[in-house]
Amino acid sequence: MTDAVMIPRSAGHAVRWTGAALVAAVLAVALIGPLVLPGDPYAQSLLKSLSGPEAAAPLGYDHLGRSIFHRLAHALRLSPAIAVAAVLTAGATGLALGTLAAARGGWTDRVLTTLADALLALPGLLLVLIVLAIVPGTALGFWAGLSLVLWVEFFRLTRAATRDTLASPAVQASRLLGFGPAYIFRTHIWPEIAPMMLTAAAFGTATAIMAIAALGFVHVGMRAPTPELGLMMVELLPYWREAPLALLSPVIATFALLLGLTLLAGSRET
Amino acid sequence: MNTLVTRSIQALMVAVLIGAATFAMMRSLPGDAAYRIAAGRYGYDNVDTAAADAVREELGLGGPALPAFLGWLGDLLRLDFGTSLVTGQPVIAEIGHQLGASLSLAAVAVLLSLLIGPPLGILAGLRPGGVLDRVLLVVSTGLKAVPQFLMALILILVLSVQFRLLPAAGHGEARHFILPALALVLGLAAVNARIARDAMARIAAMPFYSFAQWKGLSPRQTLLRHGLRNVSVPLLTYLGLQFVTLVEGVVVVEAVFGWPGIGHALVHAIFSRDVPMVQGTALVLGLSFVLINALMDFVTQKIDPRRSA
Repeated sequence: MTDAVMIPRSAGHAVRWTGAALVAAVLAVALIGPLVLPGDPYAQSLLKSLSGPEAAAPLGYDHLGRSIFHRLAHALRLSPAIAVAAVLTAGATGLALGTLAAARGGWTDRVLTTLADALLALPGLLLVLIVLAIVPGTALGFWAGLSLVLWVEFFRLTRAATRDTLASPAVQASRLLGFGPAYIFRTHIWPEIAPMMLTAAAFGTATAIMAIAALGFVHVGMRAPTPELGLMMVELLPYWREAPLALLSPVIATFALLLGLTLLAGSRET
Repeated sequence: MNTLVTRSIQALMVAVLIGAATFAMMRSLPGDAAYRIAAGRYGYDNVDTAAADAVREELGLGGPALPAFLGWLGDLLRLDFGTSLVTGQPVIAEIGHQLGASLSLAAVAVLLSLLIGPPLGILAGLRPGGVLDRVLLVVSTGLKAVPQFLMALILILVLSVQFRLLPAAGHGEARHFILPALALVLGLAAVNARIARDAMARIAAMPFYSFAQWKGLSPRQTLLRHGLRNVSVPLLTYLGLQFVTLVEGVVVVEAVFGWPGIGHALVHAIFSRDVPMVQGTALVLGLSFVLINALMDFVTQKIDPRRSA
């Protein structure tokens, strides 16, 4: 039905590994880079404003003479950290509520599904913006807003898969043998939804990173001087002619990270 | 009938959710809302306690929460959006003014993406595993990993800064449409093409499709008589769902290109804490999503009567 039919299984695996390697490479630069080459992402030195790469700053300096490499490394820790935290929260919530809705049925199911459908009708960025205005602290606001947006996908996947599984003869047999809900979840439901969860988590992380960068880019996300991917791009945009490398570094890093996550998610369409 | 009820409940829930969210926003604004609104009205240099108190008096910003919330929801359900805290104009008038600019941009983007994506997807789906299919897979995967704001940035750098072909900002002339629309189109087309390709590949592999060719129809006739109608159903359903992505794209792209639309207004309203504007805009966006998807339900049922059974 989807690409899985047309593309051999090994090719699908290769694509996923390429994605994982890409994400790992970007994160390795962010995590190990500053250890190898210590530096301060906030330290300014206006004399070096927009100057090219040198040993202490492999990617050159920005308009305020701050090392692009260290700012980039800092930014590449911040967005993925918020994104992963949001995806974990959203995944746990979606999983719990989805299983609950499928197992209980009736009004529990109806209320939760209606809520999820209503949230689905609202643009995610809009919700994040509103939550950002309510919750104090930008990082906390992003985490709360993105969790609120992302749990719906996990909920829908879990609910659909759990309903099918619960209706299967295997689960009926387990129930007749007297096994409890915890056993049924562990042996029947979880193996069914685990692969879907990985795909949804990779997509969710990509969505979250995109949202943080997009809002930073239009000046309503993270505030300067915090190094953030979108914010770095919009700060360096006016200096494109003087220092193209300065602007290209966050652009390329963002693209590599998002491409890696998309490939890691596999070929499911969203 | 059943879908109509479901969609109505969805619309009602959307309204209540937005009401609750914007009410919470109003109540928990960091700092004193009266000062912020006064700053939005009179400029940051002209704010003093007297101005803030006048704003507080006028808008009734004190008082207990529950009656205020019920009154808030009541106003919302009577479609009384109030007036913008910053400009003092009725929210309805402001939104009506901005919606036109956004709709024209979104319409151009969707039409262009439909001209590019599905035809390529159908061609690729007719020969799964062929050269076009492989190229399309690589290109669409790459494009999907480029968020709209990044696409906008790249287009500005290449087309207006480096080659000076097109204006990077502005509104009113046809050439101002090209860059913002293009920033939206490429991402939309990439996904449309994949949906059309998967639907086409699935339908072309079905027995009835082969039978149509065995009975003597040319590939062209088979596609026109038996292929397109079947491909259009998942494509239209997906187009309805894609509306949310489109709106997000419009918000960001408008802010980047300074396009005077609903997204641009929304970002400004959030920035100056103009809650009635945020509420009105969010409601219009959420309800349009429900309306468009209800329409898609209806159209797809007309195209494929099996779905209503």
